[in-house]
Amino acid sequence: MDFFLQLLVNGISLGFLYSLSALGFVMIFKSSSVLNFAHGELLAIGAFMFLVLSLWANLPIVLAFALTLIGSFTLGFIIERFFLRPLIGEALIQVIMLTLGISYMFKGLLLFVFGGDIHDFPDFLPEGLALKWGAVELPSVYVATFIIGIIFLIIFGFFFKYSSQGIYMRSVADNQPAALSLGVNVRRVFAFSWAIAALVAAMSGIVLGIVKGINVHELSSIGLKVFPVVILGGLDSIGGAILGGLIIGLLETFTGGYVSTSLREIIPFIVLVLILMVRPYGLFGLVEIERV
Amino acid sequence: MGNNIRLLINNISVVYSDVIQVLKGVSLTIKKGQVVSLLGSNGAGKTTTLKAISGLLKPENGKVTEGSIEYDGEQVQNSSPEQITRKGIIQVLEGRQEFKYLTVEENLRVGTATRWGKSFQKDLELVYSYFPALLARKKSLAGYCSGGELQMLVIGRALMAHPRLLLLDEPSLGLAPLLVKEIFRIIRRINQEQGTTLMVVEQNANMALQIAHHGYVMENGKIVMESNAEDLRENPDVKEFYLGTAASGALKSYKEVKAYKRRKRWL
Repeated sequence: MDFFLQLLVNGISLGFLYSLSALGFVMIFKSSSVLNFAHGELLAIGAFMFLVLSLWANLPIVLAFALTLIGSFTLGFIIERFFLRPLIGEALIQVIMLTLGISYMFKGLLLFVFGGDIHDFPDFLPEGLALKWGAVELPSVYVATFIIGIIFLIIFGFFFKYSSQGIYMRSVADNQPAALSLGVNVRRVFAFSWAIAALVAAMSGIVLGIVKGINVHELSSIGLKVFPVVILGGLDSIGGAILGGLIIGLLETFTGGYVSTSLREIIPFIVLVLILMVRPYGLFGLVEIERV
Repeated sequence: MGNNIRLLINNISVVYSDVIQVLKGVSLTIKKGQVVSLLGSNGAGKTTTLKAISGLLKPENGKVTEGSIEYDGEQVQNSSPEQITRKGIIQVLEGRQEFKYLTVEENLRVGTATRWGKSFQKDLELVYSYFPALLARKKSLAGYCSGGELQMLVIGRALMAHPRLLLLDEPSLGLAPLLVKEIFRIIRRINQEQGTTLMVVEQNANMALQIAHHGYVMENGKIVMESNAEDLRENPDVKEFYLGTAASGALKSYKEVKAYKRRKRWL
């Protein structure tokens, strides 16, 4: 029983990380229908930015974290401005190929600068954060993830629900011609969604780095794992991305715990194939409002 | 001439995808504070004319290749929709184009996009005073509203942008006759109370000519007739082809072959 509970807790923690990683991906898809293949690299860049600022530049952790978020927000803007904007109006497939190109470019740059080794963050989280119920343990890094992640989710929820810019972003995702006719600055909306996506990616990259160690290959492969998560949840659903992440996280840990650790990495993709066969629009995809 | 003219379209041609010519030399004038109706059958180029004004041709790969569009004395042809909406020209698209997954009030708030960050509470109250039906539904998703409510919603949404020239594309489309009357009454009130200049594209020529000061008739990408609204209502050709009654006032008969010849003269 303790083993089961521990797996459950681990699964939910891991799943929550996947959810956060998938959020930025969904945001870009929702506003501009672009599948961002460079998402894993955005995660990796965030983690390395934090590594440089906290360990090499020796800044206080909180400052390094804030600077990383600001830096990746800016990076998102820059990617949109210099790479994607010239392609507005071109076929979607070209834009998607472009993100694939960006992903290899970033990966190459990271490997060039940092090499393929695993880098470690110093232990900076207070031990007191860890939770313990009987034999079940939740390490401090996961507790921190939950706290930071939930704060971000609440901030984003408010941003999209109540702020004008958030409402403009949703209007573009909903009906782009109508948004254009009302003068919504569509380019600014795209830029914002890339910036926010990069910011969330950096955040989850940092946490994943703490958990698994910072390695270019490891982190950028998370970009691929985002696909089962979002396809399970429905590509255009934020809530679905969160649920999808939790489900994949649980599946992975339970497969690892009860079946075989070598199956662990494959199971999300088996699920991906099965889901696509049964429900091509995902389990929680947007319910289309049809007018009869 | 000069400062009482809001919009002056001078002999424009519009081409889609560099090959398909839709407008062939359209000219029209809209005076400040007027309601101008643009009538015509399907495919005459009415919507294209509106999109040429509002800049929405661009996303559809269309372009004004000749002529000029002057708004308050400034040339605006081929500007982007963002620039044009910020000058005060707002188009209400055909077929209601609401934001399905936004609530009614959020839909209205998108109308403030041209003046991001300014307060909008007064404007919401104004829209709700014109369309009380929207107030009752402000928290429900637009996707679940009725056709009449949606038409009110998209006109209200455009009002939120403080338009100086409001372009309405087929506001009567698919609505019950009573609702059409109601909508047109509100359009007239907006024109009179807010002083908004309006251009209304319609198939329902009867309604459109009742609220308009001036009317234009389009066929095949050209303006074939223009006059003040009363004269158009009395014109025998317009009566027959657009108001659905023959010159005598009786319902039009299918057998009147002569109509074909008269119609042809316009093309």
